[in-house]
Amino acid sequence: MTALDRIDWIKAAPWLATIGLFAIWELSCWVFQIPWFILPAPSKVFYAAYEFGPALWRNSLQTLWTTLTGFGLAIVFGLFLGLFIGWDRRIYAALYPLMIGFNSIPKVAVVPILVLWFGTGWVPAVLTAFLISFFPIVVNVATGLATIEPEMEDVLRALGAKKLDIMTKVGIPRSMPYFFGSLKVAITLAFIGSVLSETIAANSGVGHMMLTAQSNFEVPLVFACLIALAIEGIGMYAVMSWIEMRMTGWAHRSGFNR
Amino acid sequence: MSFVEIEDVSLRYKPQGDDEGTLAVEGLNLSVERGSFVAVVGPSGCGKSSLMKLATGLNFPTTGKVTVAGNDVHGPVSIAGMAFQNPVMLPWRLTRDNIMLPLEVVEPHRRTFRRDKAVNRERADKLLASVGLEGQGGKFPWQLSGGMQQRASLCRALIHEPELLMLDEPFGALDAFTREELWQVIRDLHAARKFTTILVTHDLREAVFLADKIFVMSARPGRVIVERDVDIPRPRDISVTYDQHFGEIVQELRSHIAEARG
Repeated sequence: MTALDRIDWIKAAPWLATIGLFAIWELSCWVFQIPWFILPAPSKVFYAAYEFGPALWRNSLQTLWTTLTGFGLAIVFGLFLGLFIGWDRRIYAALYPLMIGFNSIPKVAVVPILVLWFGTGWVPAVLTAFLISFFPIVVNVATGLATIEPEMEDVLRALGAKKLDIMTKVGIPRSMPYFFGSLKVAITLAFIGSVLSETIAANSGVGHMMLTAQSNFEVPLVFACLIALAIEGIGMYAVMSWIEMRMTGWAHRSGFNR
Repeated sequence: MSFVEIEDVSLRYKPQGDDEGTLAVEGLNLSVERGSFVAVVGPSGCGKSSLMKLATGLNFPTTGKVTVAGNDVHGPVSIAGMAFQNPVMLPWRLTRDNIMLPLEVVEPHRRTFRRDKAVNRERADKLLASVGLEGQGGKFPWQLSGGMQQRASLCRALIHEPELLMLDEPFGALDAFTREELWQVIRDLHAARKFTTILVTHDLREAVFLADKIFVMSARPGRVIVERDVDIPRPRDISVTYDQHFGEIVQELRSHIAEARG
């Protein structure tokens, strides 16, 4: 057995790919002599991140806080609304088109209204994160409830089970994999929402910092902000993914994705 | 008075759009004695499943009357256990907890469920042992084979000691060997506990092997066209399925169904 065989390639793959990407980026900047104000090389970007470290850190935390607050609201509200909509087919029929319509509105068009109502600052950012991310939660929870096997429902109804029994014993546990699955999507969207709002109307956060850096022509810093966002996004996704596995391991039994 | 009494019943499903609503059964008469085992056979789409729903109070007749255990059926009868072709186990519960599910729902058990948890557990494990699933209660249902899941599904139908057991093609999705094994399981359970059983099936051999009486239904709208008593003495060994008399009854039923299909 050689040393190469002992490497766990599956584990190493994401790191190798990331390093590879940065290497190609760095190399291309040198080889093609790309000016730093068009596309700064990673070395320049990382240096900018180091240089503006404390500010970048502070703004990243602000964005993280904004995102998680909006996301938290979305979980509470989305779970509640999803259960409500999935409860009865009539409610589902009544509210679903409204939901679709609401979700179709580009959230960037809503931010000015939020600013009008709440002024600039963190409130519109939290609300944008919330508005953009609750939809997948609602839809997934409602779908989980709506797809209860009719036989299961018959078994329980024949025993005199009330709607509430069926929901608590079957519907809600059944919709949990959908719910936790939707959190991965929702957290990403919440993040988009908060950054979007920060770039339009805020006085802190990574989005705001990017805007400032851009107007000061600090191109490497703009890219450093982007990378900070990417890292935060991956981190939050990973946390949600982990929670999903922990909470609904029974739903991942096929071994298909292993 | 019979245990289940279906008198001149018709059932029309709710119209949807242009469809004026399917007439599932019409002029249906059927009575089942307490403790007996009857089978209902017929061409597909003859309203066999409607019959299941009528007898358990999940659907109400459009016209006519259904009585179970002497009471008019106005709602779910709750003395019934049901098993279907699809075992529909809840994957997040252990097999044992799946089986105890009816106890959490049906009166009077639901009030004492928490208090009697240990007793109920023991009961579930005993029932599992009686269908050949000893010690499997601690596994998740998806860790069991199809036949084992169907056995567990039978246990779930029987845990609350129902007086009426409704079986809707419970062995339809199983291989021939497993199916015959399960025939014997259900035969023994019925012999031991004497619950009234209505078995809806496509399999004529299954019907003849298990039932005291067989109802043949017509094509839609379904009604009973033939009632056939099965005069094979009990206890029946699986070998009776190769007897000449057994074969004759199956042949007879087959010709009735061929007629019913038109």
